Amino acid sequence: MYNFLAVTLLLLIGTPCYALADVSLTRQAELHHLLKHDCGACHGMSLKGGLGPALTGDVLTGKSRLMLLSTILEGRPGTPMPPWKTFLSREEASWLVDVLLQGQTDAL
Amino acid sequence: MPYKRTAQRFCCLLVCVIGLSGCAGLRGTGDLGVVIERASGSVQLIETTGRSSLAQISGLGDVSHASVVYSRDERYAYIFGRDGGLSKIDMLQGKLVKRIIQSGNSIGGAISQDGRLLAVSNYTPGGVKVFNADTLDLVADIPASYGKQGQRAKVIGLVDAPGQKFVFSLYEAGEIWVADFSHAAKPVMQKFRNVGKQPYDALITDDGRHYIAGLFGEDGLVMLDMWNLEQGVKRILSGYGRGRQKLPVYKMPHLEGWAMAGDYAFLPAVGQHEVLVVNRHNWKQQRRIKMHGQPVFVMARPDGRHVWVNFAFPRNDTIQVIDTQTMRIIKTLKPGKAVLHMEFTPRGEAVWVSLRDDNRVNVYDTGSFALQTSLPMKNPSGIFFTARAHRIGL
Repeated sequence: MYNFLAVTLLLLIGTPCYALADVSLTRQAELHHLLKHDCGACHGMSLKGGLGPALTGDVLTGKSRLMLLSTILEGRPGTPMPPWKTFLSREEASWLVDVLLQGQTDAL
Repeated sequence: MPYKRTAQRFCCLLVCVIGLSGCAGLRGTGDLGVVIERASGSVQLIETTGRSSLAQISGLGDVSHASVVYSRDERYAYIFGRDGGLSKIDMLQGKLVKRIIQSGNSIGGAISQDGRLLAVSNYTPGGVKVFNADTLDLVADIPASYGKQGQRAKVIGLVDAPGQKFVFSLYEAGEIWVADFSHAAKPVMQKFRNVGKQPYDALITDDGRHYIAGLFGEDGLVMLDMWNLEQGVKRILSGYGRGRQKLPVYKMPHLEGWAMAGDYAFLPAVGQHEVLVVNRHNWKQQRRIKMHGQPVFVMARPDGRHVWVNFAFPRNDTIQVIDTQTMRIIKTLKPGKAVLHMEFTPRGEAVWVSLRDDNRVNVYDTGSFALQTSLPMKNPSGIFFTARAHRIGL
């Protein structure tokens, strides 16, 4: 719990709102591929859910950006969701959160 | 009038003859198979004698995690799609015969011992649906309800078992159910509760006797002896991680490909860079083999002499081969980007390997490890040969 709070606090302080342009176009294509095929291994290729929950725009509407960001970077203890911070910078994770919240994944 | 009828019949006959000859004459199906093209809703129909692709069949919906079973005559392939689609493909004509959408989200299926029934395991709504393999008409609906509120659990690890049975596990509920269809369309159910936390995949041994589910939420596996169901489930390999910190798991291992070689079973350790070797007589751990990454598929060559292993993201560009006599890694291959699946030809002289991100399927000689050919495919994932038709649990 304390860990989670600490992480949340860190993210809160350290994470301004990133514009989509902060991630290069090449990297954006790679992240799209990662989302579709590797996140998709559990959440479904079209992110409509698998062993992990659906991540479509309608499901995520109203969820906090911060919670989503920390879930991606730190994982979710007690569930199979692993931390992705080894592979993603905070900027990149933030870009993914934007993509998810804007429901851009529906076109995947 | 009679003349017209005769003419019609003649035309009919002519179409049949042309139709057959259009399929390159008579042939068997024993060297055929399908490769799933996960992102484009299609499969390629391949043959393993000349190692070539014969046809591409599309319009199959979301096949991103699709698996395949075959009719007992090896004529038809049944494809279980992610979107709840169930497609029946004619392997001789290379075309889609019938397709239904039977649920919102499904994960796999099985065909009954007598080949008459198809069972599909569903995530949404959680449960198993059973269909007539000939017509794809619904025969039985088994909701995976559990707990006091009757929540629906996702169903995983669905396999066929001798005696016209299907066996499957409930992910959230931690239960294993056996559905016996030997007497009627309405199955006799047997439910085993509190088997362990988060069963994520399961397999049945090739003799159809032991059903084994891997537990994601616990350090161990659970086994059901189908010959002695009254004995209930038994824990095996409890604490194989020995309290060590589990590494993050970026892709769940698959148990379906579990390798049974001689006296030993080889299986992926969840969250460890290891393959576990288990004695099949007492189900105790024999040893552990350090690997390049977290194993996903651990598959025995049909003769059991070698075991081929692929790995989870981010180490998914590699395959390692274990010699089952010495328990040592004898070969490390780097076939390409995102090795997803491997399928051996029925007698094991070759193995087909799907490379999702290279858009290729490579075929290797399993004796020399030489690359025999490489076929272009779009984001290939599962590879399924017709010989599966005659294997229990596949």
